[in-house]
Amino acid sequence: MEGINKVPVTIPLRDRIKGVASKIRKEMENEDEIRIMHLCGTHEDTITRFNLRSLMPDNLKLISGPGCPVCIIPDTDLQRVFHLIQETDITLTTFGDMARVPFEGRSLFYYRAKGHDIRVVYSIFDALEIAKKNKKPVVHFGIGFETTMPSTALAILDGIENFSVLSSHRFFLPAMDHLASLGEIKIDGFINPGHVSTIVGVKAYENILKRHRVPQVIAGFDPDDVMLAIYMLVDMIKKGEKEILNEYPRAVSYEGNEKSQMVMKEVFEKEDWEWRGIGVVKESGGNIKDKYDQFNAIKVYEDVFESFSPKEDKRKRMCRCGEVLRGLITPDDCSLFLKGCTPKNPVGPCMVSFEGICSIWASRGVRR
Amino acid sequence: MCLAFPGRVEKIEYPYAVANFGGTKRKVRIDLVDELKVGEYVLVHVGFAIQKVNEDEARQMEEIWKELIKSL
Ligand code: SF4
Repeated sequence: MEGINKVPVTIPLRDRIKGVASKIRKEMENEDEIRIMHLCGTHEDTITRFNLRSLMPDNLKLISGPGCPVCIIPDTDLQRVFHLIQETDITLTTFGDMARVPFEGRSLFYYRAKGHDIRVVYSIFDALEIAKKNKKPVVHFGIGFETTMPSTALAILDGIENFSVLSSHRFFLPAMDHLASLGEIKIDGFINPGHVSTIVGVKAYENILKRHRVPQVIAGFDPDDVMLAIYMLVDMIKKGEKEILNEYPRAVSYEGNEKSQMVMKEVFEKEDWEWRGIGVVKESGGNIKDKYDQFNAIKVYEDVFESFSPKEDKRKRMCRCGEVLRGLITPDDCSLFLKGCTPKNPVGPCMVSFEGICSIWASRGVRR
Repeated sequence: MCLAFPGRVEKIEYPYAVANFGGTKRKVRIDLVDELKVGEYVLVHVGFAIQKVNEDEARQMEEIWKELIKSL
């Protein structure tokens, strides 16, 4: 919470964390096990970095869900990008994490070293600048959930002629709904992703609450935010209340960012797309609408994709990233974790992205 | 991926603003937030402002924390 605004912080972070931890422990005395799933890689990072699991009583489990946009992109999408750069002479832009995900041991960085024009950008607007200065076609490999999608929509609406997007964007909320429907594990409460919520607002979760009756708390990313969210969930679960509470009102409103919702709706339509480890999720795909065909790389390079046929990556056969993303196992259940698979030589995307739990655990030296 | 950082708006040239992130200045798109003024804080994600930081809410949360710690 420090430094986020001009509001003075009156209670030191340590006292906040310690205080809430003792409250949680007291609440959980002689209680049945409670399982809380968070849905954002950045929440996992906070939990691991500040060792928050060690503050939890034994009967409270913090499980990591599919909140990593890089991790959930299936190999088909990756191969499609590889196909495009090999068959055309374009400039490809994407975010750094994505450029490191391997397929059959090769990543976009490998292709860059082979001479393909691949540029890592911090923002899609950097990609637009490249397109404006460049005569060559620029294709942006667009990834990310609702937090990121409005920026891609804006870039498309800017209407730069030699710029198009290969969309691997996915709507997160349908996946949350899907996961709750699978019922593979018992989930007593959700910690909802703060910045997805900034865009979609509290209201967007109401249908999920109605269908699954699992309490939710929208949380910020500081350790005291996460601790307070856990406490709020425990309190609701114990009282049998089923609501969506907002721990992060400084950044999340009930309505969300309506302008962002508008531009997203203008540019994207929802399709049934595949997620790594989760399968096809209804209405989760961020497909670019027909009226923007001119900026949709799938359409612009239609003839190139005619010869595209995805394969299976045999090297990933032992990778259990899919189960990690569904919260069924933790990284150390995978026999490759820190053996055949390390942040330097990742096998699966969960070891690549800084939001992937394998990578977070590996870089913080966590076992369990 | 969904990381966003609060920055203080220093200059506005719509649809861009210069935001100061604890000393580091960056040009950001601001066309998705309403009525932004110099001096306000915005949360910035991959080069665009996704929301103004709501200071009233932040202040109220601080009160909630005070109550919570007092109740220990
Ligand atoms: S440790 Fe590596 S191989 Fe194992 S699940 Fe994680 S990413 Fe996959």
